[in-house]
Amino acid sequence: MREIGVTAVASEIGILSRSDFQRFFDILCSKEYRIVGPTVRDGAAVWETIRHVSDLPIGWRDHQEPGRYRLEQTGSKEIFGVVHGPQSLKPFVFTPREPLLQIERSRDGFIARPTPPQREKVAVIGARACDLAGLTIQDQIFLQGEYQDGYYATRREGLFIIAVNCTRALQTCFCTSMDTGPRAKNGFDLALTEVGDQLLVEAGSEAGAELLSALSLSPATHKAIAEAAARVDACAQSQVRRLDRTRLPQALYDAHEHPRWDDVSARCLACANCTMVCPTCFCHKVEEAPDLTRQRTEHARLWDSCFTQEHGHIHGKNIRPTIKDRYRMWMTHKLASWLDQFGTSGCVGCGRCITWCPVGIDLTEELASLVSSSSSARA
Amino acid sequence: MHVHEGKLIDMANPYLIHPATIIEKIREAEDIHTFRLRLNDEKARRSFRFTAGQFNMVYLFGVGEVAISIISDPDESESLGHTIRSVGRVTSAVAQLQAGETLGIRGPFGQGWPLDEACGRNVVIVTGGLGCAPVVGAIEYMLRRRRHYGSIKVIHGVKTPRDLLYHERFETWGKQADTEVLLASNRPDETWRHHVGVVTDLFEHVLIDPAKTMVLMCGPEIMMRLGVPILMKRGIPATAIYVSLERHMECGIGLCGHCQLGPYFLCKDGPVMRYDLVEPWLGRVGV
Amino acid sequence: MNQAVSRAGQASKPKLGVFKFASCDGCQLSILNLEDDLLALGQALDIAYFPEASSDMKPGPYDIVLVEGSITTEEDTHRIRSVREQAKVLVTIGACATAGGIQALRNWADVEAFKQVVYPSPEYIHSLSSSTPISEHVHVDFELWGCPIDKGQLLRILTDVVAGIQPCLPTESVCMECKRRGTVCVLVAKAMPCLGPVTRAGCGAICPSMGRDCYGCFGPSEGSRAGPGFPPNTASLAKQFHSGLQLIPVEVLRRFRGVNGYAPSFREESNAWEKKT
Repeated sequence: MREIGVTAVASEIGILSRSDFQRFFDILCSKEYRIVGPTVRDGAAVWETIRHVSDLPIGWRDHQEPGRYRLEQTGSKEIFGVVHGPQSLKPFVFTPREPLLQIERSRDGFIARPTPPQREKVAVIGARACDLAGLTIQDQIFLQGEYQDGYYATRREGLFIIAVNCTRALQTCFCTSMDTGPRAKNGFDLALTEVGDQLLVEAGSEAGAELLSALSLSPATHKAIAEAAARVDACAQSQVRRLDRTRLPQALYDAHEHPRWDDVSARCLACANCTMVCPTCFCHKVEEAPDLTRQRTEHARLWDSCFTQEHGHIHGKNIRPTIKDRYRMWMTHKLASWLDQFGTSGCVGCGRCITWCPVGIDLTEELASLVSSSSSARA
Repeated sequence: MHVHEGKLIDMANPYLIHPATIIEKIREAEDIHTFRLRLNDEKARRSFRFTAGQFNMVYLFGVGEVAISIISDPDESESLGHTIRSVGRVTSAVAQLQAGETLGIRGPFGQGWPLDEACGRNVVIVTGGLGCAPVVGAIEYMLRRRRHYGSIKVIHGVKTPRDLLYHERFETWGKQADTEVLLASNRPDETWRHHVGVVTDLFEHVLIDPAKTMVLMCGPEIMMRLGVPILMKRGIPATAIYVSLERHMECGIGLCGHCQLGPYFLCKDGPVMRYDLVEPWLGRVGV
Repeated sequence: MNQAVSRAGQASKPKLGVFKFASCDGCQLSILNLEDDLLALGQALDIAYFPEASSDMKPGPYDIVLVEGSITTEEDTHRIRSVREQAKVLVTIGACATAGGIQALRNWADVEAFKQVVYPSPEYIHSLSSSTPISEHVHVDFELWGCPIDKGQLLRILTDVVAGIQPCLPTESVCMECKRRGTVCVLVAKAMPCLGPVTRAGCGAICPSMGRDCYGCFGPSEGSRAGPGFPPNTASLAKQFHSGLQLIPVEVLRRFRGVNGYAPSFREESNAWEKKT
């Protein structure tokens, strides 16, 4: 079997030594891509525009646990030792703030002009399988419904995604149980697997295959491919967290009155961090920002969250005033009603909501408590 | 101007807002006004098509948008009617506008009343408070096609007589053939000539042939939760009862996430929903 | 609402008054720091009373009054009533006016003892034993939080009030601003006792973006229905400071007893930790 993942486009798997990785950057630059990759900033891996291999977090590893994120410099030459930071691929396509319209007063009342984002070719290096799964879900929401979102589409079209297969699982990872990783299965242009001081490169799209052939790499040996596959498999098996999806969505619908909601709401801050870092959360509000003269105004959308007070407002009352209401809304939507709405879970198992919760609430643990005692008849 | 299948929506940019001039402002009650709007662009005006029960996103420059149901007759293309109660930031500012001033429109959005399915059947319309607004267009549509429908019963409840809107419409409807209008107020004054009590009391005053009846309902959720079981006890199946529901909406196109009710997005799956679908979700705290 | 303000604005410009009580003047400086926008503001409003900026002081009534500072003297308790009487719309600006300010720390202390220690002739000091927000004395229409206030929020509230529109200010947490601007969480990544999760957004998350933990200068998030079960959940964050971040009880207490320490939910939280020290 000549593949590490299950690629859409059959092509040879190339191999490249770490020391040659800069060629990758040069080719992307020559094709006029802005390259974005993880960099170390303020104690975490953050997406930044980069030009050189040396901009990547070489030798760094991240350690994540509920409410805690730490980076460690191991001194190795490992390029992709950091699994992920707080950001998924979401900010590239569904941006935190997207101006929609510029509206000016006129004789006819007003004129509204769309403010589409600039088309830009962006190559993202270092997306993980969970990030790809998150992007696929966001594509479904913004591009495959009755109305297509042109702002999202413009940004999405410019993305060239270079995924990295995970060979190390974090304590907070549970992509195996969500069937979204750690192997990048689809939704990428190129996928890399770092094995020792070599990188295996496979294409997942026409554009990726084109770039792969431009790199003219030597083909990977069976042994190298088998080793890469074994490392990814080992990563899958090493995951300590799992999310039991077997009885969803109904089990969570049935747990609406479960006392565990009171328990978690005593801990939850309703700060919305979980929804902000979630690769799939798509709630947004529209803000109107007029200038001082009120002759011109910007109509923009802004990341919102079901944890805010405003989210539950209907004319003069609030349907979700308590933290309990809001946590229950978030989790029930993410893990249950999402299935009814989109035919897939809203969770991709990246574990970001666990790490970046300031008080370390773990949704896998909450779910287990919520659905276990509501039914004892489980195999 | 961007028009798609009679909608004032540019499919490439469903966020685009179109100016409309207020041609008439009618004071309905203390804090409730009906605005008749005329889209400034003639082509858009001529091609704008909607069904009764759908809504528009109504926009005020510098303030924002709010989802408001369309009350005008779907056959009337020259102007659009919106009855607006000033409760929030946008609606309070809109209430200050006068004829000649400009609002913006995006729409129509959502699913309206199933008036084709109601053909040949008796229709009972149950509303409370401002819930009468989203059915006005439906009633006028049916009355204009009177022979296609069986008996029509309009049952409407208000808190106080001052909360009663559309006096003339109710009066006119009541005079139509095989059409009955029943009103209730639970805090009446000496001028009140109708039933004293809540709207659900009036169910006892009407003859219902359950097999031939369709119910359209709009008002406070508590009215629906209390009223529907009574109607179902009279033999009307939940599948013949339609309700128009309300949630906060930012986008109107199923993307902003605010209008969820269980598995539904009320902006695109609703606001009109068949009762059996939403029954499990209504009355659930925090849903 | 405020129809009078908006409609009067068409004939003549609405009159603005800026009044100061116990405060550092920093919020008034924020108005002067508006620079170009200040000129635009001067065109939209008649800045009729603003002693910090101009000695040309016109008498009331005023369409909009901004109040800086808290109430700390007997005389101020009378003066704020007279200011209220002259104001169609009264907006408090800053932590002092909105929550009592840093000087509200006296509310937990013995002011008489301070006077004896600090002043050579303490008998000349006529000060109340407490510092209280304006809303404890008169009706407040809108509150601008912050120490100091945010210029953008000030402009938005003024333009909205002039136009007769209900101002819309965020009540959500600072975390949302951090995440929107891509700032790494200092609590999770650096174990800093950041108050962002329970603090109202509006500052643009300045401190975390500079690698510092938020100290709550925009006051408690939401707070319209304070109490157990409603945001801000100060108890859970305080517990995390103590058991997760290893702060001792008095350190936890001090986190909540800052410039907005007298705001109800922060006050209750610091009081709870006082019992544990």
